[in-house]
Parts: sequence; structure tokens; C-alpha cells
Amino acid sequence: MKTLLKSLLALLALLAVFNVYAAADLEVNTPGVNAIKNSMQARHGQLSAYYASGAVGLTMDGMIAVRDAGSVPLAARQAVNALVAAENQDRSALYAEIANANGHPEWQAEIRSTFAQRWVQRAQRGWWVLSNDGWTQK
Amino acid sequence: MRKVWMVLPLAAFALTACVTINIYFPAAAAEKAADKIIEEVWQIQQSDKPATVKEAK
Repeated sequence: MKTLLKSLLALLALLAVFNVYAAADLEVNTPGVNAIKNSMQARHGQLSAYYASGAVGLTMDGMIAVRDAGSVPLAARQAVNALVAAENQDRSALYAEIANANGHPEWQAEIRSTFAQRWVQRAQRGWWVLSNDGWTQK
Repeated sequence: MRKVWMVLPLAAFALTACVTINIYFPAAAAEKAADKIIEEVWQIQQSDKPATVKEAK
């Protein structure tokens, strides 16, 4: 009986250690996450000018949206729309990938809202953010 | 046998602790992870945190 209890306790302690370890950090260094990250990084080279001009802004759900298509030359408008669509596809995939990589697909919505806050927080001054009150400039 | 009554609540507590940690979303860790990815995607230089910045890459 004593041995049984001891081994049970040891098992619990081991489990606790694993759980604390698992909770301490969120795994984001997976091939899937890195691929999406690189794709977004490459796209940012094209998007950053549109963030700065106000043509494109951040939304509070962790996505981006075209804010002022009129500020973009007619010839480039389609390209901007395509950039925004591709970026949003990558962002959705990123949130899902992080949730899956950590074994908790149900965390996707929370990861998305965490990112949404951090994107806005880290955005440069002058960039636009779409909240419930409409577009506001940071 | 008396020891069992001391160990059992402890074991129960440890078990619920495990479950609790696993169910709840690690908000702080998620923020950290998000910041790391955002810094890389937007290529933000950490000039406001000189202590942690490495000189050359």
C-alpha cells in the first residue's frame, strides 16, 4: 500500500512538472509556423507603405483591411486587395497553426485576440486601426 | 493506514492542479509568443531594450 502511494505521488509530481513546463511557453518554432512567418515577413515589404499611407489598416480581430482604396493609384488597387487577402489568409493559418502546434486547437480564438491586441500595440504611429468606433489613427 | 488520509487530499489537489493548468489558456505566454512573431514579421528593432539586443547578426 505504501509503495503504491509513493509511486502514485511520484507519477503526479512528474505530471505536474511536465504540465508546468508545457504551460510556461507557447510553442511557435514549428516548420508550419516558420513558413507562414516568412511569407508574412516577405509580404510586409510591400504592405508597410500602405500601412503608412493609410490605404490599409489593422482590424481588432487580428486581420488587416483596405481602409482607403482611393489613396492607391488605380493600377495598384487590385494588387493591394490581393495583398490584403493573402495576408489575412496567412494570419488565419498562423493562429490555427500555433493552436494546433500546442495541442489545443480550441485556443485559436484566444490566440487570435492576443495577436490582435499585440499587432495594434506594436503598430507604428500613424497607422490606422479599425475598432467598433470606426477607423482611428495611432 | 492513517497516512492514506493525509496523502489522498494532496494527490487530489495535485491532480486538479494539473488539469487546471492544461485547460486554461496561457495568456502571458501567448503575448510573449505573439510579440516574438510580430517583431520578426514587421522586423522591429528592439532599440528601446538595449540590454537584450545582440550587436551583430
